[in-house]
Amino acid sequence: MADWKSEVEEVVFPGKICVPYSWTVGSTLSRWYVQLRDDGEIWANRCPSCGTVYVPPKIKCIKCYKDMNDWVKLPGTGTIETFTVVNKERPGLDPKKPPFVYAVIKMDGADTGMVHLIGGVEPEKVKVGMRVAPVLEKERDGHITDIKHFKPIA
Amino acid sequence: MERVAVIGVGQTKYETDKRETFHELVWEVANKALNDAGITVREIDNVVTISSDFWDGRTISTMAVSDTSGGYDKDITTVEGDGTFGVLYGMMRILSGSFGTTMVVAHHKGSESNMAGITNTSFDPLVERKLGLDAITSSALQARRYMTVSGGTEEQFALVSVKNHGNAMRNPFAQLPMDITVEDVMASEMLASPLKKLDCSPVSDGAAAVVLAAERSAKKMTTNKKRVWLNGVGHCTDAYRLGDRDLADTRALKKAAKKAYDMAGVTLDDIDVAEVYDAFSYMEPLWLEGLGFCEDGQGPEQIERGNFTLDSELPVNPSGGRLSANPVQVAGLAGVIECVLQCRGEAGRRQVRGAEVALAHGINGMCGQSHCVWILGK
Ligand SMILES: [Zn+2]
Repeated sequence: MADWKSEVEEVVFPGKICVPYSWTVGSTLSRWYVQLRDDGEIWANRCPSCGTVYVPPKIKCIKCYKDMNDWVKLPGTGTIETFTVVNKERPGLDPKKPPFVYAVIKMDGADTGMVHLIGGVEPEKVKVGMRVAPVLEKERDGHITDIKHFKPIA
Repeated sequence: MERVAVIGVGQTKYETDKRETFHELVWEVANKALNDAGITVREIDNVVTISSDFWDGRTISTMAVSDTSGGYDKDITTVEGDGTFGVLYGMMRILSGSFGTTMVVAHHKGSESNMAGITNTSFDPLVERKLGLDAITSSALQARRYMTVSGGTEEQFALVSVKNHGNAMRNPFAQLPMDITVEDVMASEMLASPLKKLDCSPVSDGAAAVVLAAERSAKKMTTNKKRVWLNGVGHCTDAYRLGDRDLADTRALKKAAKKAYDMAGVTLDDIDVAEVYDAFSYMEPLWLEGLGFCEDGQGPEQIERGNFTLDSELPVNPSGGRLSANPVQVAGLAGVIECVLQCRGEAGRRQVRGAEVALAHGINGMCGQSHCVWILGK
């Protein structure tokens, strides 16, 4: 387009949309968060048809499209499948000050990975294949952040 | 089945900080596409806009561009996703028999909003959103998983950035034409390892439009030179949650590609040029595996062998790709337009000689959850 700004002063409106929501966590995930909050345990659910174990639990098996009422308690430990060290700050989004580590953790006893933070280790020491265990917050309120992070174990 | 043609195309130059509103950008490209087809807005029967309420900062975003897109007094509808899916919806409308010549138009002003904040809201608020994941950090998880599975290196990924920014130097619409080296990519700011600034597509503003017509009307309205046929399309979706997928597994893309090739009746050897969704450098070899141009795990090595440069057997991203301009949702439509220009022989200094069959690829969702593959041809 022609450069119209040489002829007229440009006006800019800053804006912001703030819309509060109140999301129900639903039957499946509510149960999961209550178990995490009250008992400090990580549970998963299993497809009765193909046996796939999902964590966090799912309402339906993505492959079989079946209800999943079979619950299994996981040991909580797992293996780092992939990770990233976040270096660049993202104001308002970062759960802690960079550098910090996100990972997909393949959970023992489950067939899926959980995305979470890795802590208790220098970011540059994190490796794919590292064994990790969850570190729980003492005060828990039923959120994914009730798990503070996963930390390497021997 | 009746065929559908692209009879007109238009795009803005892609830039980082455009001072026009998104309505003005839509006005610019809708007019360019009409002029390119040699028709007037009266000959447009209906409009498919591609937009996102979050990016635009207003709900029912389609209505905000109803007048400038030519939708006034007509049927107007929206796809919230990549432009390749908008073309799919446009073609479906025509093939349903209920709609005539269709304008498909996409717009994006990344500079007016916040990429990290908006892509974070694509994550489940009940599980992952609170951790602060966004497009770059989740793609970094995918990049490392792909390195683990394929043995690919950051240097091999950097070659994609070097190639595509170099191609952009021949594309007047590209935002970031750059003559850079692997060392430049490696030395650029580390955002989320292994992704550095030059592995990532930029924040972009721009718009793009195509006019689609059924075979009978296309032949009445336009010359043979302008018509490029939508010969095949395929689309497929993988699991929503990152942990429910193997991020290096391209099963959804493989399915989408097979559908598109079967519908068009082409094999890989028939394809002369491809626009592949390289929002991040590692994505080009990963998606080339899914599309079948590389064996699984061989993408990075084939990049290193120079297999997808402009003078190779299969030039990939002659436009400069998403690495050189990534107006979200417009980007896949820009790929479709590049394919149209290549098939017409109108791609200027980046023209792939003798290009007759072109592939355009778009993705939706984090880490390529969903894929749309097009085969276009003269
Ligand atoms: Zn199942």
